[in-house]
Amino acid sequence: MDVLGRYRNLIVLVGVLFAQILGLAVQVNVKRTTDSEPTRLIRVWAVGMVTPFEKVLVWTQTSTSNLWHNYFYLRGVRAENRNLKAQIERMSLEQVRMSQDADQARRLQALLSFKEQFISQTMAAQVIGSSGSEQSRSIFIDKGDKNGIKTDMAVITADGVVGKVLRVYRSTAEVLLVNDQTSGVGAILDKTRLQGILRGTPAGEVVLEKVMSDETVPPGEQVLTSGGDGIFPKGLLVGTVTKISPGSELFLNIHVRPAADLSKLEEVLVVTKIDERQAEPDQTGAARAVDILAERLPGVPSKPETPESGTVPGSGASAPNVSNPAPALGAPKQATGTPKSPSADGSAIKPKAVVPQASASNTVPPSKKTTTPAPASAGSTSGSTPTSVKSSGTPKPAKPATEPKAPPTVEDSPH
Amino acid sequence: MAITYTSGEQVEVYRFSIPATLLIPLAAVFLQAWVPLRLPFFSIFDLPLLVTIGFATARRNPLAGLVTGGLIGILQDALTSQPIGLYGIAKTVVGFGASSLGIKLDVENAGARFLLTIFFFAIHEVIRFTIARGLVGLHIALSWPHELLSGMANAVLGVLVFMLLDRVKQRT
Repeated sequence: MDVLGRYRNLIVLVGVLFAQILGLAVQVNVKRTTDSEPTRLIRVWAVGMVTPFEKVLVWTQTSTSNLWHNYFYLRGVRAENRNLKAQIERMSLEQVRMSQDADQARRLQALLSFKEQFISQTMAAQVIGSSGSEQSRSIFIDKGDKNGIKTDMAVITADGVVGKVLRVYRSTAEVLLVNDQTSGVGAILDKTRLQGILRGTPAGEVVLEKVMSDETVPPGEQVLTSGGDGIFPKGLLVGTVTKISPGSELFLNIHVRPAADLSKLEEVLVVTKIDERQAEPDQTGAARAVDILAERLPGVPSKPETPESGTVPGSGASAPNVSNPAPALGAPKQATGTPKSPSADGSAIKPKAVVPQASASNTVPPSKKTTTPAPASAGSTSGSTPTSVKSSGTPKPAKPATEPKAPPTVEDSPH
Repeated sequence: MAITYTSGEQVEVYRFSIPATLLIPLAAVFLQAWVPLRLPFFSIFDLPLLVTIGFATARRNPLAGLVTGGLIGILQDALTSQPIGLYGIAKTVVGFGASSLGIKLDVENAGARFLLTIFFFAIHEVIRFTIARGLVGLHIALSWPHELLSGMANAVLGVLVFMLLDRVKQRT
């Protein structure tokens, strides 16, 4: 008994250490085998103790900052407004040019049956805390389970990729940064199209691995997400190549400077929904708006078909096609008043030109309507395809252009 | 009556009130998680470690030291993406060691506190590194110049933290 009393402290120390080491071993083992988390309760308690203070502090800081910017710091707003207007004008011109490029790209993609992924929904979140450790690079955001955040959602900023959601709590979530040593992002080099895996290093750097050593990678090349990890949509900017060094075995170590400043994150965007769709041409906002108008104004008196109908403003590149079509094909839809989905198909812009034709051909026998073939996706992409074929649409309900397709899968299609 | 879990058997033993016992470690963990967002260089400090050493040397009770260190470490672990126990084990040992050493050494002056902090910082890092590598399979970076710089920085901050703790500790 004396011995036990004498070494009581030491015995307790050994017991506590043993218990913790055992717990650690269990965690590692469980993580390897089942991917579940036995320490969830401890983490929930710890996060529950710390994050409320962080939220209050961040809220106070943001409120003070907003007060300053919204009410007191108004000097130069007029000049800034003038500059912004000028910038909008410049960007509008740029947008016209880019929309034409995009339209062309969509047509080509549709020809290839290309499925594209796009971020359809994001949620802004404020960074309220970090892990506080140099070896664990993670942050906490003020959105959690109740806001619809789920594990493995991508987290980005306007500059580039930040990381992915690692753990979700009731009103907060932990985000693993791309420079953490346990993170991994499928990445592709912008110009050379070499693919690799982006990993964090123990020192907090970001390295692109699994690129063969006989490849040539110029410093300064941009690194994008490849979409191969199933978390990040393809094409997001990750960073820029800064240095290339020989790696293990036959691979290169390509050092990458992250595009997002990971040490000074204040607000991030959580990608809550990624959609995948078949590329279709002419899916422009303007086209859909026109279609909506056409649908909402069923009582517009019909005009006789004239060749000038193809010159409806806004029809853009599609206008010339309008003069080709057989009037009968476009007719049935309007004749029967079949509603067309606002974003029915890529031809939405053309019906504007076709409307008069529709009215003019009200006499087309109903049987003709039903025999109208549904336009094939690839066929409808061709610029030479008669507009009315695309826009006629059989009476079947039109498929929304942005119809989401569950879960996003990545297809490395040619660019 | 103030409640304390120091033994009171040794001379020059101090105790902390319950609010101080609970809030100071919590504040240390909170600051450690929050300040690096605004000042990234702050992550070279380990405030919870300094509080562990400060509490342990003041109480001079090994059991209280290891329990305090263990709890602070586990709380710190829970905020990281790593398995829980890395900081917990390291701080348990530091808490035990600091309180055991505090019984035998005079740790009231700044010089002794400076050296004590560097010593326990090194112990802490070695234990954490060993466990991370050996048990968890993590490849934690161990750069000696960085660790030395970090140790010195923590020692300087430690002297200040201990001075603040001196203000809230109470003689038994």
